[in-house]
Amino acid sequence: MADNNSFLLRVITPDRVFYENQVQMVEFDTTEGEIGVLPGHIPMTVIIRPGILTITEAGGDKEAALHAGFAEILPDRVTILAEIIEWPDEIDEERATAALERAKARLREKASTTDLARAELALQRAVARIEVIR
Amino acid sequence: MASMRDIKRRKTSIQGTQQITKAMKLVSTVKLQRARNNAEKSKEFFHCMYDTVTSILQRVGQVDHPYLKSGASEKKAVIVITSNRGLAGGYNSNIVKLITRHPDWKKEDLVIYALGNKGRDALARYGYFIEECNGDIMESPTYADAMALSAELLDSFAKGEIGEIYLAYTAFKNTVSHIPTLMKLLPVEVPPQKDEDHTPKAVMNFEPEETEALDLIIPKYMTSLIYGALMEAVASENGARMQAMDNATSNAEEMISDLALKYNRARQGSITQELTEIIAGAEALG
Repeated sequence: MADNNSFLLRVITPDRVFYENQVQMVEFDTTEGEIGVLPGHIPMTVIIRPGILTITEAGGDKEAALHAGFAEILPDRVTILAEIIEWPDEIDEERATAALERAKARLREKASTTDLARAELALQRAVARIEVIR
Repeated sequence: MASMRDIKRRKTSIQGTQQITKAMKLVSTVKLQRARNNAEKSKEFFHCMYDTVTSILQRVGQVDHPYLKSGASEKKAVIVITSNRGLAGGYNSNIVKLITRHPDWKKEDLVIYALGNKGRDALARYGYFIEECNGDIMESPTYADAMALSAELLDSFAKGEIGEIYLAYTAFKNTVSHIPTLMKLLPVEVPPQKDEDHTPKAVMNFEPEETEALDLIIPKYMTSLIYGALMEAVASENGARMQAMDNATSNAEEMISDLALKYNRARQGSITQELTEIIAGAEALG
């Protein structure tokens, strides 16, 4: 804990502790834009937008698709409360591609019945999933 | 005295019941272990969520936010979590009693969102207004189920159809102790700030602003509460059933040993009687 190059990252989901380790840096998307957190960040609470979570730890980089939740950032620790998060090997590529097509089609149609915000979110999620796999 | 055949038939029937209760006890023991593990895992998420929401609320103080004050409507929504199956002792009726015996609640003001058929049927019988809910989710509740329910409730809350939201479930303390609990979900109550023995925390920044963050976080907070309650309720249900079945099995054991005694007595009695008859017959002939 003493060295200043790392901080404790905890990623918690409703079902499990998804990740818990000392890391050098963590990057993810928030409602206000992309954010990269290094040790000694000012305390901040941010809301997550679907995107890729990149964890830089001693052994290298790790990526996961992070879809919803919020994060509490403190100088020596970051807690991400993730409602939905997946490691690349947990993602079904075919399903994600199908979801991407579906969301795109829905956005193109722009029918009055379509819930645009929902379709938009679905699209973002699908994009995040596909990008993580690649 | 009941005939030997009657006693024997009754004993066999009780033995059959005992086998069923024994099997049910074993099944619910296994289910309990799994449910308890799940409940413990979800606790972590809930605690972090609770800490964050509390600290946000304490910092923003009494802001004018729709989620923090009661709606105009008199109606109260109550999510009632019970089981789909019976034979779980007082598990379901305790929750129902929590609603029917509440000192301040009037039947007309309540809208019941019943998860679990047993609670729904009982409350419907008492004449409460039941909002249709998908009862199947009690079999294996997922976070998505909790999300859907909380979205539905927040929608009604935003439209002003309901003024307050409550949650009635059985909290799982340990294997033998389950506590029927009534919890207020909305409006969120700001817990009093503890100034003493609290190390001064660094000032927390919010992105977006506090009130906007509340808009986004409180629905998540509610979802996590509902999910946590579902997990605990499933664990409690199996715990309650395990206890009930354990009692039933030992009661059956008692009845069987009682009947065995009666049966043997009746058998002995009939043998004695037969002997007496034979001897009497022989003497009469002699």
